[in-house]
Amino acid sequence: MVKTIQWMTICLVLCLSVGTVFSQGLAPPSNVTAVDTPNDDGSSITITWDAAAEGSGISGYQILRRIADGELEAVGDLLPAETAMYVDKAIEKGTAYVYIVRAVSETEATVDSEQTAPVEGKGEWFHTGKTPLFIAMLLFSAAIVWNIYSARSGKELFVRRIPGLEAVDEAIGRATEMGRSILYSTGLGGVSGVATIASMTILGQVARRTADYETALRVPCRDPIVLNVVREMVKTAYLEEGRPDAYNEDDIFFLTESQFAYAAGVEGMMLREKPAAIFLQGTFYAESLILAETGNSVGAIQIAGTDSEHQLPFFIAACDYTLIGEELYAASAYLSREPMLLGSLRGQDWGKLLIFAAIVLGVVLELSGVSWITTLLQRVS
Amino acid sequence: MDFWSLIGIWVAAFLTLSIYSVLYRDNPFYRFAEHLFVGVSVGYGIVLSIYQGFIPLAWKPFAAAITGESMSGFIKLIPICIGLLFFARLSPRHTWLIRYPIAILIGFGSGIAIPKVLRANIFEQTHGTIAPFAEIAAGTLSGWDIFEAVLIVVGVICTLTYFFFAVEHRGPVKWLSKVGIAFLMIGFGSAFGNTVMGRVALLIQRVDFLLNDWIGAILTIF
Repeated sequence: MVKTIQWMTICLVLCLSVGTVFSQGLAPPSNVTAVDTPNDDGSSITITWDAAAEGSGISGYQILRRIADGELEAVGDLLPAETAMYVDKAIEKGTAYVYIVRAVSETEATVDSEQTAPVEGKGEWFHTGKTPLFIAMLLFSAAIVWNIYSARSGKELFVRRIPGLEAVDEAIGRATEMGRSILYSTGLGGVSGVATIASMTILGQVARRTADYETALRVPCRDPIVLNVVREMVKTAYLEEGRPDAYNEDDIFFLTESQFAYAAGVEGMMLREKPAAIFLQGTFYAESLILAETGNSVGAIQIAGTDSEHQLPFFIAACDYTLIGEELYAASAYLSREPMLLGSLRGQDWGKLLIFAAIVLGVVLELSGVSWITTLLQRVS
Repeated sequence: MDFWSLIGIWVAAFLTLSIYSVLYRDNPFYRFAEHLFVGVSVGYGIVLSIYQGFIPLAWKPFAAAITGESMSGFIKLIPICIGLLFFARLSPRHTWLIRYPIAILIGFGSGIAIPKVLRANIFEQTHGTIAPFAEIAAGTLSGWDIFEAVLIVVGVICTLTYFFFAVEHRGPVKWLSKVGIAFLMIGFGSAFGNTVMGRVALLIQRVDFLLNDWIGAILTIF
């Protein structure tokens, strides 16, 4: 019995000695901190430590964590030796975690850091990193609001000629004379898309004219929410023109959410109904040429407008008039001449003037070795 | 090849040819394929909305709240109620209620979209336009790279001038905007060619299916 105990003691001492030899020189990770990741929704914790020096024998790190009274568990994969930070995104909000960074040597010997203080993920209301963006937005909004008030006070605001929009009346007039319908597509964008919002505003103006001329206005929609907004806008336009009786809700309908099924459906409508005027305004993707080419083949006057730069070439090639990018956003102000929209348009011009100035000044300063504009833009981006 | 794969190939070939038949003119085959396509996509979309939207985002959290598993599900009642206002359209007397969810959605959408557009389309682009000049000042750019950097600045300034709406395009503004339009058209031409090549690749893929998978399958029978 005594011999057995002696042998066991010798074995234990040997094992400890071997472990010590292998972990010799393997220092535990130092300055390990775990903090709630700033400027997030509270769904992550950031762990940092001092990276291993060259020749330290550390081949990687394993992050371990545990909740109060819980078992240690490994988080993520083994990290490379040069890593000094890890973001744990697999946490539960409101639960406190403590972390240990385990250094692993090439011989798979390990040494653990001290455990961190408990930390839990908390969401922030304000993303401090986006403060410059917020200030830029405030400045931009102030320019727009100032111009809107200026326009409302009766100041005459000039808007340059946009040929595509001057053709709107011509297109509606043509459809009226021919006794055919007008087809208006708001594209594939959702209700939050800037181009879709612009498209719906233009549709409101087109609807005012179709209400006056009693021309059928057909609007196939791809998004059920856009459908409801469009119905509401067209109905309001007809009411404001004093023609609620001419409004036909069935002319504004949901087609499908599938991109090419929508294209096939609208193409079929074009071929069968042969509309005299086609408006393709909003966000379009690969179906743009299918729609524009079919509209061209049925002899309709086509006015397109999109901010999808890859689809603009097809509209330019196949449509009579094309609103390029921001012309689409300017269209509603141009058509309605409402002081609020005109003021907003002028405010946008001020914004562009600011960009213009930033580019010229930035180039001059960069060439002079001063890079604060670039730094500022980088921070905003 | 098993029976059902063969049926699938025949159906796909029939529908492909039916859709292509519109190149000649509108006809019953195209109409059939078009209506089938629209109908199937709507049906598929509804099922997808139920299983990926309604059940996980509304029904399950709400059911968990009712059964006491997670009280946070009751918060979902707010968006659910706002969403239900869309059904007000079914009652002529209460149609006006639909304006509330629409206003919330557009407000929410604009709030999310505008900062993104500002960052990606304005600040990042402006930064990208100016940044190479730091390298020019440091003398690390080649002659060709310097030419490219200057060309980009000229292109951006001229194109930006074209999009000024509150200024009449006369005199220098007119000429700058004309150069801007030339830059735009060169860009569009290049995008046109690039995309057409992509579309031709899609056509080749379809023709390959018809020739190899479909006609090939017929030939194997004989």
